[in-house]
Amino acid sequence: MFPEELSLPLGKWVNRFVDWLVVNYGDGFSAFADSLLILLVWLEQILRGTPWWLVVLTLIAIGFHASRSWKIAAGLGIAMIAIGSLGLWDKAMQTLALMIVATSLSVAIGIPVGIVMALSNRLRAVMLPVLDTMQTMPSFVYLIPALMLFGLGKVPAILATVIYAAPPVMRLTDLGIRLVDREVLEASRSFGASRGQILWGVQLPLALPNIMAGINQTTMMAISMVVIASMIGARGLGEQVLIGIQRLDVGAGMEAGIAIVLLAVVFDRIGQSYGKRAQRSKPAGDGA
Amino acid sequence: MSYLEIRNIYKIFGPHPQRALEMAMAGDDKDSILAKTGHTVGLSNVSLSVERGETFVVMGLSGSGKSTLIRHLNRLIDPTSGEVLFDGTDILSMSIPDLNTFRRAKLGMVFQRFGLLPHRTVLENVAYGLEIQRINRTIRHQRARNWITRVGLGGYEDSFPDQLSGGMQQRVGLARALTTDPEVLLMDEAFSALDPLIRADMQDELMALQTELHKTIVFITHDLDEALKLGDRIAILKDGMLVQVGRPEDIILSPVDDYVRAFTRDVNRSRVLRARSLMTPLSLPCGQAVDAIWPQVQSDMRLEDILPVALATNGSIAVMDQHEQPVGILTRQQVIDAISV
Ligand SMILES: Nc1ncnc2c1ncn2[C@@H]1O[C@H](COP(=O)(O)OP(=O)(O)O)[C@@H](O)[C@H]1O
Ligand SMILES: [Mg+2]
Repeated sequence: MFPEELSLPLGKWVNRFVDWLVVNYGDGFSAFADSLLILLVWLEQILRGTPWWLVVLTLIAIGFHASRSWKIAAGLGIAMIAIGSLGLWDKAMQTLALMIVATSLSVAIGIPVGIVMALSNRLRAVMLPVLDTMQTMPSFVYLIPALMLFGLGKVPAILATVIYAAPPVMRLTDLGIRLVDREVLEASRSFGASRGQILWGVQLPLALPNIMAGINQTTMMAISMVVIASMIGARGLGEQVLIGIQRLDVGAGMEAGIAIVLLAVVFDRIGQSYGKRAQRSKPAGDGA
Repeated sequence: MSYLEIRNIYKIFGPHPQRALEMAMAGDDKDSILAKTGHTVGLSNVSLSVERGETFVVMGLSGSGKSTLIRHLNRLIDPTSGEVLFDGTDILSMSIPDLNTFRRAKLGMVFQRFGLLPHRTVLENVAYGLEIQRINRTIRHQRARNWITRVGLGGYEDSFPDQLSGGMQQRVGLARALTTDPEVLLMDEAFSALDPLIRADMQDELMALQTELHKTIVFITHDLDEALKLGDRIAILKDGMLVQVGRPEDIILSPVDDYVRAFTRDVNRSRVLRARSLMTPLSLPCGQAVDAIWPQVQSDMRLEDILPVALATNGSIAVMDQHEQPVGILTRQQVIDAISV
């Protein structure tokens, strides 16, 4: 038996902390939760209200804009139609709305944090282990504090997804900025550029390919969190998988699983194509 | 007071420079300080002054502190101890906004690996300094185009840096530095990455520009031929310390130690030495006067051009200044000795 005196009541502390948060900031949390929910519901209604072919066409257009390739754009269209043929269109739109909100929130938080990490060695030293922990923790652990703060539903699902999906974009923004050639930075400084001018004119544009790669990874992680988030009340494809598991309906679970994979492929293609575009932000065909 | 002045600069790289600084001030050398403190000495007690309109070359082996030195002049690096004065102003006491204003107004810099912005076209790169100064787009593009043409890159305005050869990229770097019309041009091994032929071209071009622009240029190189060709004066650094400063002839004729001598060994002396540094000046009481029938050479003529004259005469040669007044005497033997050392 491990001696009682040495045991660390970490769980109790965490509970007490969360209780304290709820008691003191509960109103703030629910206001925040409400606005997030309004945003999500609004987006969900738009996506579910739009005719399916318009959604498909829009995605094809985005795909073409990103890749300049009809093949890729057509592939995206086919993938979306396949999701519809599995009878999962409506669920997919719910998932899509959840993903868009969670990914946008992750990026909106992740890029500024990544920038600050790149500019401050001290913050970076603190953040790196935190990010490592965030990524290695089993993802459903995030559901617990999110649940305690916000209860069951879509908002905790989004927040758990954000915590899980934000690290890659933070890391890659930090990395991208740090990889900018030292001489280029010196050149910029030597002409009297201010910090803001250096950040916007040199560091961010040159870090863009890495930042895009980060956004892409973040999107992928957000999709993979979808199934797990359905355990606490997020609707959509994840819920379908969950039902499949609970009822031992392997077929239904598999259909939903395939739909998730297709959705992931669509976003991956779009993200990667934009990433490649950022990498050669100049006319094609120069061989360099 | 000189135009640019550096006084007793010490630069120690590392998190806790104090002890290393004390050791450097006590005269310890770079290796023993590194061994004892783990800190790298970048510069140790360097004092220099550069005059307005001068091309001042800093030379030394790799790691001798050249880049560190030139970065003190625009405060890309702060010294651990010492003073940097620009036209009498202490730039180390400037606030960051003042420093940026000062850099925008006075300084241009050219880098060894060019330091161009890869996501911008040649035109946008050259206009970059003016963009930082928030000059409006029409004016900055007009001035940038002007300089692009002057460095011979007309037609490449819309190319990207990685579509150009090294020599062309450095022309962009040079044009970028000149477009803001700075008083001082800092060039850190600007031509070292270029092929020999292109390098010689760029040197000639810089000299041609300089006869017209009269900038103050601080030029870093590790190549003595380049230093001798461009420099009005040359400073030689070794392990962060200044070992010699002087005109090119001083360096060749009287190197202070073996380190400097090693640099000068392979130099083509006949290209560097001039009549004035070899002659016996008339002001000395050597008891001789110039004879009107002696052949004459100009005091700034190079040895390679004097040689044919010397070989054609048995006696003395009169050295004349730019007002055609005799200033010194050369003998055939002096010329031959100078070449054959
Ligand atoms: N940022 C830095 N951190 C630590 N050491 C440095 C740094 N910059 C230069 N040094 C060291 O200072 C010395 C001088 O470097 P540098 O000025 O770049 O030499 P050079 O330009 O003559 O090759 C070298 O020993 C180099 O390793
Ligand atoms: Mg250097």
